[in-house]
Amino acid sequence: MSNDLEVSLYVLVLAVPLGLELVRRVSPLLHTPLMSLTNAISAISVVGAILIAGAGDSPELSKVLGCIAVVSSTINIVSGFLITDRMLKMFRKKEPAK
Amino acid sequence: MSEAGGVWQAAYIVAALSVVLSLKWLSSPVTARRGVLSGEIGLLLAVVGTLLRHEVISYEWILISMAVGAGIGAPLAYLMPMTAVPQLTALSHAFGALAAALVGTAEYYRYAATGTPVTGFTMGALVIETVLGYLTCTASVMAFGKLQEIVPTRPMTYRGQNVVNLVLLAIAVGLGVWMIVEPTPAWVFPAFTGLSLLFGVLLILPIGGGDMPTVIALLNSYAGAACAAMGFALENRLLIIAGAVNAASGFILSVIMCKAMNRSFANVLFGAFGQVQTTNAVAASTKPVRSATPEDAAQILGSARKVIVVPGYGMAVAQAQHKLRELTDALTKRGVEVQFAIHPVAGRMPGHMNVLLAEADIPYDKLHEMEDINPDFAEADVALVIGANDVVNPAARHDVNSPIYGMPILDVDKAHTVMVIKRSMNPGFAGIDNELYYMDRTLMLFGDAKSFVGEIVKELPAVA
Repeated sequence: MSNDLEVSLYVLVLAVPLGLELVRRVSPLLHTPLMSLTNAISAISVVGAILIAGAGDSPELSKVLGCIAVVSSTINIVSGFLITDRMLKMFRKKEPAK
Repeated sequence: MSEAGGVWQAAYIVAALSVVLSLKWLSSPVTARRGVLSGEIGLLLAVVGTLLRHEVISYEWILISMAVGAGIGAPLAYLMPMTAVPQLTALSHAFGALAAALVGTAEYYRYAATGTPVTGFTMGALVIETVLGYLTCTASVMAFGKLQEIVPTRPMTYRGQNVVNLVLLAIAVGLGVWMIVEPTPAWVFPAFTGLSLLFGVLLILPIGGGDMPTVIALLNSYAGAACAAMGFALENRLLIIAGAVNAASGFILSVIMCKAMNRSFANVLFGAFGQVQTTNAVAASTKPVRSATPEDAAQILGSARKVIVVPGYGMAVAQAQHKLRELTDALTKRGVEVQFAIHPVAGRMPGHMNVLLAEADIPYDKLHEMEDINPDFAEADVALVIGANDVVNPAARHDVNSPIYGMPILDVDKAHTVMVIKRSMNPGFAGIDNELYYMDRTLMLFGDAKSFVGEIVKELPAVA
């Protein structure tokens, strides 16, 4: 097993329980914003999309697919974050009133 | 990895930290917005860092693509009404999953075109990424369709459905293994893609609308797993961290939701909610109910001491939350104690009701979770059910044949008087009849939730 791969596997086994713990503590009040936030974060695939679309050695087909992937992951990022923000604004609005 | 660019590596590390902190901060309403900001910074750093990598040599098309994506995504988020958040999340999700799948496809054809030797491990990661991406994409579109009611929300089942699904999945896995083991003929990858897409559709067909929130959380988890697999295929640890954290959080969220409905995972995925319902619905429609006018309702509410409001998806559809705030204010002014009981799966997403009530400026210390408020129903004068149905159906407690048997419910039937605002006697989202409506202590208030609550508010001053 290569060293790089070993490190990657360490990263994986640490990240999974981290994710479980982070969300276990979220109050049900925030489940919907949480869902749309994780939805936006799952669009981290934009990284892979850019790498494929911009790489010099990609054939045309891969570049085109990569660009479509950039478009759709950007849609996911933008709409995911905006909708989360819209929801949370409502929570904040009444804090002064309390 | 190359040593040429310390900058993008630093950007990636900060991005990973931002993503983790983002989820952490979202766990409390006080820091939630900081959480969103942190998530945005994380993604921004990831994008900028990636653009700085020396492998990336052409920018125009990437930047154009991002502009197009932002141009579609922003109006999508702003034009959709708040009630449509679940659908929007599903739709937005379909795009994200499609991206992951397309990256997998593009990588596959890049390896094929350049003749790069690919290790079995990399190909395995690529196969997992692609299958999860495509099936999550079509499954999300189906979930969107069901929530938007373009596709029938009833579970669609046929004999041997699970067998068909499993066989399809087995063929897809078989093709995947074949690709991992040796270079395959040109038809294999497209066939694999087609099967993944088809499997996503078939996966959602038997799942009823009531289970859609759980499914969306689960699909979130799949998309995260696809990103983590992509991280292994591209040797990119940022993708592994963000993807794995996402997969784990989506998974635990759907487990939490399943628990709230007292159902097992397997049950949600293969159970096909509500096959029994037709018999129940037919028998029920002939039973008599008591209905009341807004004046009657105002009379009862105005002279009550304690009122517990139970909102559901119907409130969201009618946009009744603002009128409900007016009613709450008017009653509070008269000295009536008003509380809100929020079922964990009220609405179509967990926390859906909290968001809408917050939108209407109802203080969140008045909102109570099921376990906390259930004992209070016995001493409440009125339980006012607005557009909720399955979450207050007593059949869940005692009717073993009911599809929702075992789901914890709000004990509204324990209240002195139960008032239910509802458009008609049609069964709810899960398609099950509700015996609550036929109780002696229940008054049915037929009409649109928003205008009905408005009329109650108008009648209230006339009550002595």
